[in-house]
Amino acid sequence: MSNTVLSLDNVGKSFGGLSVIKDVSFSVENGTRTALIGPNGAGKTTLFNLISGVYPLDTGRVHLQGRDISTQPAHKRCHYGLSRSFQNIRLMPHLSTVENVILGQHSQSSLAGLLFPVGIGRNRAVRAAEQALANAGLDTYPGQIVADLPYGVQKRIEVVRALMAKPQLLLLDEPAAGLNASETDALLALLQQISDSGVTLLVVEHDMHFVSRLCEQVVVLNFGEKIFHGTPEAAQKEPAVLEAYLGTDHVA
Amino acid sequence: MSGYVSAQLSILCLNIIIAYAIFLPAATGQLNLGAGGFAIIGGYIGAWLNSGFDGLGWSMMASIPVAAIATAAIAFLLSFPILRTRGVYMVLATFAFAEVVSGIVLNLEVVGGAAGFPVDSHADLKILAPITLGVVVFCSLLLSTRFGLAMRSVHDDENVATLFGINVRWVRVAAFTLGGLIGGLYGALYGHLYNYIEVQNWNVLFNIYVLLYVLLGGTQTPLGPLVGALFFTLVPELLRALGEAVNSELIADARFALFGVLIVLMMVFRPEGLITRTLLERILGRKAGAEVANNA
Repeated sequence: MSNTVLSLDNVGKSFGGLSVIKDVSFSVENGTRTALIGPNGAGKTTLFNLISGVYPLDTGRVHLQGRDISTQPAHKRCHYGLSRSFQNIRLMPHLSTVENVILGQHSQSSLAGLLFPVGIGRNRAVRAAEQALANAGLDTYPGQIVADLPYGVQKRIEVVRALMAKPQLLLLDEPAAGLNASETDALLALLQQISDSGVTLLVVEHDMHFVSRLCEQVVVLNFGEKIFHGTPEAAQKEPAVLEAYLGTDHVA
Repeated sequence: MSGYVSAQLSILCLNIIIAYAIFLPAATGQLNLGAGGFAIIGGYIGAWLNSGFDGLGWSMMASIPVAAIATAAIAFLLSFPILRTRGVYMVLATFAFAEVVSGIVLNLEVVGGAAGFPVDSHADLKILAPITLGVVVFCSLLLSTRFGLAMRSVHDDENVATLFGINVRWVRVAAFTLGGLIGGLYGALYGHLYNYIEVQNWNVLFNIYVLLYVLLGGTQTPLGPLVGALFFTLVPELLRALGEAVNSELIADARFALFGVLIVLMMVFRPEGLITRTLLERILGRKAGAEVANNA
């Protein structure tokens, strides 16, 4: 197996006449932490949706750990080591915290496992979910309905849920959006811990401070095109990136 | 037990069973207005298998389960076209299914058409009650499995469910098919209870009532349809008893109006159904949850 976890080759997507992703190619190395940044409407979330299979590709290929997943249906892609969180919290509102985390393990379970009642004898699935929540420092009680929890806690539960699919590549869509300073620090510690365990991270994030603390690589999108791929420090000096964010007048 | 009480309890058992037939698809977010379609298919297959004169003369120990399984098979085949529709269109498609089934049977002379069809063997409360208990336990256990978790996830957010590896289409097909199994069981039991069936038993009003059992009982927990069916079966009878007890013509005459007011009040104060997760949490969950947290 090569050292590349994810590679996009000339990926393109249009909605009607609007070309949202144009010929984007880049690859992400195993175990790295990469940020996907760009101004609003640059196509970051669309690119995530193309990788995870929410939308079919118009052009190009997506490879995950060397396998072509371009035409795989979305519900099969998590079996190839892909998992993600969402920009707006998408926990199941009517499920408890533990049930939401158990849902993350769905792709890991056999048919027999699916038909065994979870509630009886606190089986392996429940214990694994409780352990994962404890490891992430989330001390909610298991029966808690997620809708009642604070925003920052819900954000971290989403990350824990995504992690339960045992991904090789974890896509995080604006994990720090709307968090206060201490919640951001708690999230950063969690992501660092996940990265240290060997999981590759690809993160959409607007907060450049957060990006430079977490990520070693940055991919910049603007109007659906990739305009930069390099370190966060280099990105902040790159004229094309400054122009995308600030407009031409500001580039000295 | 008086004849009146055992007759009412038999009706209650049947109503609970059909409520679960509609609950299983509803738990995955599908509104099914076709309860009568399942009931007619199961009822007539069960009647035909059991009847010694016009049918095969099987024992009801065979005719009831075979009718249920045959209905499930038909529900499975129908689920593919019906589940292509969403929301209000799915309600219409399931309703159309029930009307088509009713129209076909009404014009089928071999099963008696509008005159109905006799059933030989009699299933009384002693048979109905354990089967009802079995259906409630089966559905509760099913909802507590990880497959049940998948069903509830599909109800909440099918896109996210898909991304975590749930095959949304198969979960919906399975829920619809199991609903058909229980609906067919209901139909066959109905025929064996009254020893006679006719299509008019399962009219439009019946379909609406069953969906109301489930929606007003609550689709979030397996207790919802049980409570919904209890409410809809017992409250009109209790109002009748109340009218007799206070010897009031007014209450006796207006009991359906009172019942209607109660339904409206339920919808206003419990829009997600009488029994919700949060309600159960409040009654049971907090304590149990705290204990688990302390043990960990």
